[in-house]
Amino acid sequence: MGKRKQVLKITDENEEKSTKKRPAPQGELFQKIEPRLKIKRSEEEDPSEEDEKLAKASGSKAKSKSKKGFKPENAESLARRQREISVSEFFAKNRHLLGFDNPKKALLTTVKEAVDNSLDACEEAGILPTITVKLKRLSAKIAEPTEEEAKENAKGKKRMPAATERYHLSIEDNGPGIVKEQIPKIFGKLLYGSKFHRLKMSRGQQGIGISAAGMYGHMTTGKPMQITSKLPKKPKAYFVELVIDTKTNKPDVLKEIDLDWPHESSSGTKVEITLEGRYQRGRQSIDEFILQNTLSNPHAEFHFVDPDGQKFDYPRKTDDLPPAPTEIKPHPYGVELGRFHQMVADTHAKTMKKFLTSEFSRVSEKVADEIFKTASLKDFSLSNPRPEQVNKIHEAIPKVAIMSPPTDCIVPIGEKLLTETLRYQTKADFYTSVTRSPSVYRGNPFIVECALAYGGELSGEEAMSVYRFANRVPLQFQPSACATMRVLTKLDWKKYGLNQPKNSLPVGPVAILIHIASVWVPFTSESKEAIADYPEIKQEIRLAVLECGRQLSLHVSRSRRAAEAARKANYIDTYIPFIGEALQEMLKISDQQRDKVISTLRSTLEKSKLEG
Amino acid sequence: MSSSKNALDKADNKALVGIDKTAKEVYDKALKGQKPQLKMPVRSLSNVRYKDKTGFLELRNQYKTRTLTYNTVKGFAQTLKMMSASKELIDTNDHASKREMYYISKNWGPARFDEQPESDTVMDDIEAMMCVNREQLRFLPEEKGGEVAGQLIVIDKDRDTGKALKIDCTGFGSGAYSIPISVEHLQFQTKAKFILCIETAGMFQRLVAHNYWRKANCILISMGGVPTRATRRFVRRLADAMKMPVYTFVDGDPYGVANIYRTLKVGSGNAAHINEFFCVPTATFMGITPQDVIDYKLPTHPLKEVDIKRAKDALKNDPFFKFHKPWVKAVEQMIASGVRAEQQALAKHGLNYVMDEYLPQKLKHPDRFLP
Repeated sequence: MGKRKQVLKITDENEEKSTKKRPAPQGELFQKIEPRLKIKRSEEEDPSEEDEKLAKASGSKAKSKSKKGFKPENAESLARRQREISVSEFFAKNRHLLGFDNPKKALLTTVKEAVDNSLDACEEAGILPTITVKLKRLSAKIAEPTEEEAKENAKGKKRMPAATERYHLSIEDNGPGIVKEQIPKIFGKLLYGSKFHRLKMSRGQQGIGISAAGMYGHMTTGKPMQITSKLPKKPKAYFVELVIDTKTNKPDVLKEIDLDWPHESSSGTKVEITLEGRYQRGRQSIDEFILQNTLSNPHAEFHFVDPDGQKFDYPRKTDDLPPAPTEIKPHPYGVELGRFHQMVADTHAKTMKKFLTSEFSRVSEKVADEIFKTASLKDFSLSNPRPEQVNKIHEAIPKVAIMSPPTDCIVPIGEKLLTETLRYQTKADFYTSVTRSPSVYRGNPFIVECALAYGGELSGEEAMSVYRFANRVPLQFQPSACATMRVLTKLDWKKYGLNQPKNSLPVGPVAILIHIASVWVPFTSESKEAIADYPEIKQEIRLAVLECGRQLSLHVSRSRRAAEAARKANYIDTYIPFIGEALQEMLKISDQQRDKVISTLRSTLEKSKLEG
Repeated sequence: MSSSKNALDKADNKALVGIDKTAKEVYDKALKGQKPQLKMPVRSLSNVRYKDKTGFLELRNQYKTRTLTYNTVKGFAQTLKMMSASKELIDTNDHASKREMYYISKNWGPARFDEQPESDTVMDDIEAMMCVNREQLRFLPEEKGGEVAGQLIVIDKDRDTGKALKIDCTGFGSGAYSIPISVEHLQFQTKAKFILCIETAGMFQRLVAHNYWRKANCILISMGGVPTRATRRFVRRLADAMKMPVYTFVDGDPYGVANIYRTLKVGSGNAAHINEFFCVPTATFMGITPQDVIDYKLPTHPLKEVDIKRAKDALKNDPFFKFHKPWVKAVEQMIASGVRAEQQALAKHGLNYVMDEYLPQKLKHPDRFLP
């Protein structure tokens, strides 16, 4: 998650939010990273409410603890313990929300966040990305527990914490580099970034990932995060070593020096994190993540050095950068009341009409007039607007016909490339793919793409392989929580000749790839592993899969017909010689005559079979 | 002797001509690029009619045509191969039993028959197609032909010498003469007054054990269920040659009436093309009639569902029963009574009651027998 332009305002005490007078029942963040952060939010808004919650919680705990010597708390005593929770603290405690639940996943999440950022940065700067991931094992390799050991461990009452491995991870790109002053904020602060406030298709969205990775590294190994960055115009690169102060969610810079940039590229960034983790090959591995990335990003060059020192090089397959996605303004249909109020508060526009036409997409003067008419209001100044008026405008918006948001802001992978992507992963007989037309959920445009492979070397005994991508990023975890899976398991695959246990993926020689591209991909959690269940998105996925399914149907029936024809021809060939033979015996005809009658009969039947 | 040889030659000739003609037609059509066809009469009760004058179920003119297609190619090949086998048998003056024919097909690779019923069906098709008897195709049935005891001398010939061989059917003691599979060459001498065809071996044994044939001056024939073609032909030839009446004594149930008696008298729907020769139109039905059940107070069993279905089917679809009013009445009476009685139910009145009372009483009034 590269974080460049803007500063997120929510958790920093020294931000100017106190100067805002107007009510903002729901801040921008909470609209998007929904409920988990609300604890924090409500605390800011209405401390008394939070107090009650805390009081209740601690009260009930205390009750259950002991009856003797129980000293009830009062509001004052509770108040002494009530304090703000920084977002860093929150995520430090809830690191699973960000994808750091176990050492193996933590390692992969870190690679993923860094690679996503690098790709985004390169593409935004119009640079063909070259990314090098190096993973060094710092501790002894821990053998997998044998089955017996695992059993013993599960039984044992004394449970030692599982041993972990320690790694040094470095990710290096040839991107535009990061301005020196921004480095501490980007890497040393959670929820700081350039991508959250805009509506533009990118891999990173929230501004949490890489700083969370650094925080995780620091928490597990005590080692700071190291960032080296070089700007094209500067002769030297600079090197920063920092940790996050989780209490304040602020960077704590430990070291800052200038360095020589030892690479050919005129600019670039290198991130180094030392962390606890576990490296394994196979499914949900770093290897697989990088491989899948090469598929969805054929314009990127990847190098990966694994902990055993093996080097994997993936040269770019094309020198064409995908078209740069454009940034769009929010569409009025998708904006909830709270966010609407917030936007009214933040805007530089002087009047409501100006605000509507300048801050939203597809709102022309005419549309704005229509909105005022529907709300039975006249244009009003925003210097001190009455909340009821703002509410009325918001209520009127859905009643006015407004064009769908522009969709040129989304860059799909494309049908051809999708097929190629799947072809790298599978050796099948048949491939098909489809890129749907853009659609809209909550005012956010999105595109669903689907590719399907069938037959060939795909195993007929296993469940369908599913490759999921969101904004070109492979999704490797939580498939069952993902909208794609919910659609796939609900579809009837039996009509394609596949077995399908109830509410499950079909079993058969089939693999599917689904890519969802949007200016804002709705993930179920901050770790960005599964796509949320928006009906509009599910519907588009369904239609995309069905479209591929239709092609599959055609293919299956075509090959079935071909097999049937071959079988029939074979069947005919099996028995016709006996007719010739019997006729020869009865009529005493020559071998030649016999062969002639056999071949004539064969062609007669072949012909009629085709007609039939 | 020579006349029967001529008859045999003639029969062979009909089969050979039929085979050649069919093969030629198939061959010619095939060479023209057309789909060859095999035409044969529909083998079912729906394709027969009954005329009292001729006295047998005679084939009507419904035909089925089997065209060579993807679906029929295997059956087509099998039919032609079996025709060829039949021709070979005729040419070499040999025979094959139905079972043997099934094993011969094992040389045909993928066209072989997997089970004997398949080969039997094809055999029946060829028979109907040529309008000949199975024996004319030189295929012999497995089933035994029935047994004979009584005042009859059968004149057969010695296989080795060709000399006439007289078989006295009174001379088998507690056993009986077995009707051979082929009966065309047999000649008869008898002074008996009638032929009694009996359904069950059990009843036959009782009458033989007491030399009933001597007492009643008759020829006893055990059919053992539905009479085989050989039995039907044997009784027919005997009755025709000696101008003897034929009385039938079977169980008083729909099977005894509609299957055993009907087939003996007028032939079957399945092999209607040979009925003309393989039935006994002069046969009449002595018992057990539904009325006997009442008159003789016979112990009964209830009719099963399948019995009722068979009886109703006879009334509805069988041209023989439909033609004879007394039969319609009798079958309706049987259905109405809801019961059936076996021949051997007469044993209720004593083991010899059948010889001492039932048969003499019934035989006094052959005019009352059902047609």
